[in-house]
Amino acid sequence: MVPLSYYLVLGGILFACGITGFLIKRNLITIFMSIELMLNGVNLSFVAFAAQWRALSGQVFVFFVMVVAAAEAAVGLAIIIAVYRNRETLNVDRVNLLKL
Amino acid sequence: MLHLIIFLVFGAICVAGAVNLLVQRHPINSALSLIAVMVSLAVEYLLLGAEFVAAVQVIIYAGAIMVLFVFVIMLLNAGEEERTRGSKVAIVIGIPGMLVGSSLVAWVLLARSGASSVEAGALWGDPKSISRLLFHDFLLPFEVTSVLVLIAIMGAVVLAAKPEQGQQTREEA
Amino acid sequence: MTPDLHLWLIPLLPLAGAAINGLFGKRFSRQAVVAVALAFCGAAFLLALSIAARFSSLTLPHTEQLATWLRSGNFQIDFAFYLDQLSFVMVMVVTGVGFLIHIYSVGYMWEDTGFYRFFTYLNLFMFFMLTLVLANNYLVMFIGWEGVGLASYLLIGFWFLKDSAASAGKKAFIVNRIGDFGFLIALFLLIKHFGSLTFTDVFAKIAPLSPETAGVGLLTSIGLLLMFGAAGKSAQIPLYVWLPDAMEGPTPVSALIHAATMVTAGVYMVSRSHLIFERAPMAMMVVAIVGTLTALFAATIGVTQTDIKKVLAYSTVSQLGYMFMGCGVGAFSMGIFHLMTHAFFKGLLFLAAGSVIHAVGGEQDMRKMGGLRTKIPWTFWTMTAATFAIAGFWPFAGFFSKDAILYRAFQSNWIYWAIGVFTAFLTSFYMFRQWFLTFFGEYRGGKDAAADHGGHGHGGIHESPKVMLVPLVILAILSVCGGWIGSERFDKFLSPVFHPTAVVQEAAPSAPAEEGPSEGLLTSVSIAAAALGLGLAWLLYVKNPELPGKIAASLGAFYTAVLNKYYVDEIYAAIFVKPLVDGSRRILWQTVDQGVIDNTLNETADGARDVSDSVRHMQSGNIRSYAGWVAAGAAGLIAYMVWMGTR
Repeated sequence: MVPLSYYLVLGGILFACGITGFLIKRNLITIFMSIELMLNGVNLSFVAFAAQWRALSGQVFVFFVMVVAAAEAAVGLAIIIAVYRNRETLNVDRVNLLKL
Repeated sequence: MLHLIIFLVFGAICVAGAVNLLVQRHPINSALSLIAVMVSLAVEYLLLGAEFVAAVQVIIYAGAIMVLFVFVIMLLNAGEEERTRGSKVAIVIGIPGMLVGSSLVAWVLLARSGASSVEAGALWGDPKSISRLLFHDFLLPFEVTSVLVLIAIMGAVVLAAKPEQGQQTREEA
Repeated sequence: MTPDLHLWLIPLLPLAGAAINGLFGKRFSRQAVVAVALAFCGAAFLLALSIAARFSSLTLPHTEQLATWLRSGNFQIDFAFYLDQLSFVMVMVVTGVGFLIHIYSVGYMWEDTGFYRFFTYLNLFMFFMLTLVLANNYLVMFIGWEGVGLASYLLIGFWFLKDSAASAGKKAFIVNRIGDFGFLIALFLLIKHFGSLTFTDVFAKIAPLSPETAGVGLLTSIGLLLMFGAAGKSAQIPLYVWLPDAMEGPTPVSALIHAATMVTAGVYMVSRSHLIFERAPMAMMVVAIVGTLTALFAATIGVTQTDIKKVLAYSTVSQLGYMFMGCGVGAFSMGIFHLMTHAFFKGLLFLAAGSVIHAVGGEQDMRKMGGLRTKIPWTFWTMTAATFAIAGFWPFAGFFSKDAILYRAFQSNWIYWAIGVFTAFLTSFYMFRQWFLTFFGEYRGGKDAAADHGGHGHGGIHESPKVMLVPLVILAILSVCGGWIGSERFDKFLSPVFHPTAVVQEAAPSAPAEEGPSEGLLTSVSIAAAALGLGLAWLLYVKNPELPGKIAASLGAFYTAVLNKYYVDEIYAAIFVKPLVDGSRRILWQTVDQGVIDNTLNETADGARDVSDSVRHMQSGNIRSYAGWVAAGAAGLIAYMVWMGTR
């Protein structure tokens, strides 16, 4: 039997890695992938709790998270393509036209 | 016993993939590591009895979203990451913030979860039960998310479309 | 039952005239302005005359209420008018002399560009003055009191483009306000202790009180404060300093406001409050002393002045002192009698002086006049009548009133009488000095002054137009006959006001049962003093014209001090004005206004700017720094939620 806390710790580690990548990576697409990593960590927590309390709504919620993640990925990547067309770079430090 | 071993093995693959995503310089390597993370997560879901979610994870997440990512990486062909001077704030404030936040969340969850454990084997998250829930109790969110996906499609098409011929592309400042 | 006399029309008709001329006068022709002004002022005069005609059939005092003004608990003030013998005398003097001066002003101000403005202000003044004398309570009287001060300011500074005129108007108003402060405190005391300001109510409550003998009681304080207010309005010591400066205004203004009517408002107010003063012997003594000293003081200054109008200004201050002397010794009706005759001859003196100034083309320095009696005969003869009247020669008007005051002063304290007689001598001296300098001897003005004539177009010294001469003649007749009613008959006429139940002083003209000099002896002394003044003036200014210069030189510093009005203006400026101005500049302006208020606002604005200056660095355009902030913010939120969860 695997204690619930193990799953939660794993989910937490994935989440922390996601945030770290979001903060330190410079490529736009990599930052995006870190966001997806965060979402996955959260999904794991949901499913773990659903299993503990035998509540299927947890899994349904994971389903919705995935749908939204898909939509977000589609639109976000389209934006990245548009940015690349305009700025010729995927480096997030160069996308700074809003600088004062 | 077997449950624990399988959990630990695939958990290790998850963590290794996540760390590799951070370490790699070329985005395509990061994308492939993420695919590995997702597939291992699907196994974890199976261990927790969520067979439908595991299937959806592989099909949608690893099979569609990550494929999209790989497409874009290859389309744009940006190459390796440059080492540019970023922002001090992100490192100085962000990392400690992340550490604080994560530890707090972990502490809360661990305190609340108690010593209960999850049994393996019972695949109780079958499509039939989930669909019953989805189309009865969660019908409205389901329909709304359908609309959301429609909007996302339209948005993605508009945003990524090439500018028309004869229309001036905007020069950057 | 007394019929409705429409008393409210008497003040309000001139107000209507002022409104019409003020709003539309700029577009009227001169004739239209004159018609409006004279019509409304004359209508008020006619109304007063009609009241005079049926005077014997009226039951007095007669009150007419127009509306309630304010009401607070038991305290109520109405817009109400009050007619008794005293206010009747005042109304006749104000409307009569006022109307004559209006007519005179038509001629005097004809060439002026502010023609319609002048008549607006004159009518406005009439409204306020009539409100003052017809009021039935102290507060409506105070409206008139303040209003005549305002009209005086407007009219003194009529030629406001001249710096000296504007300053003189300001000085008059400010000094008036200082007196008004005393008046107001007296009103507050009256409200607090008697609960009302209506004359009948207040005097009914005061009548049963016994005279205060020890120290400064309530009635004494009220009396002293009222006197302080009167000193401001009627130019007594210490608040007389504005009246000589007020000569900057046009001459009809000096005649109307600073001789005949406004400056007499103080005397009227003191007489109206006689019940208070009769029960406060110390206050009455102060009134008498102030009046006597002012009379002497101003007369000494008048002796040295060379401007024809300044002589008359100091003379007015001096004669007002006589009126207050009369009130101070209990002869209130004699004070009013002198007020009436003074209105006649002083008004005439000013108008005639205006005629003289007009004749010589604007020159006001008497040293440059002379020998005018053949050239402007009408002016000469009318001014002669007025000069003899003010000097107190029999049978002119001034004799009767001044003599009555001096006699009553003698009965009170012989010192008042002695100073009064000496002042009469000085009055006669400087008035005849003016007479001789202006009309006798050789013309000293120089050819070009007369020929230039202030740009009239017609050269030479000439008589004034008829519209200016007719009022002079009428006033001259009044100066001669105005006193023939006699002090006893006048006193009897006013006795229902001053001796209603004969509770207080019975030492009225009916019983001079005193030992000592009889009235006849005292009268001869006064006439002798007047004659002495005339003789001395003749000696110094006709027979030996070089003598005055020698006397002045021998007196040296004393003469210079008198010539410079005893430096009172300079002393006031040093003691009061300069510290106030400096204090205002250093403390109120620089420290409080600039330092505290402005600085606070500026510092606040600067602070806001500095704060936003430092915060704006967060908006760097750098996405990664945004990410860092988001992570930190999320951590903070999570911490907060955890903390709330554990509470």
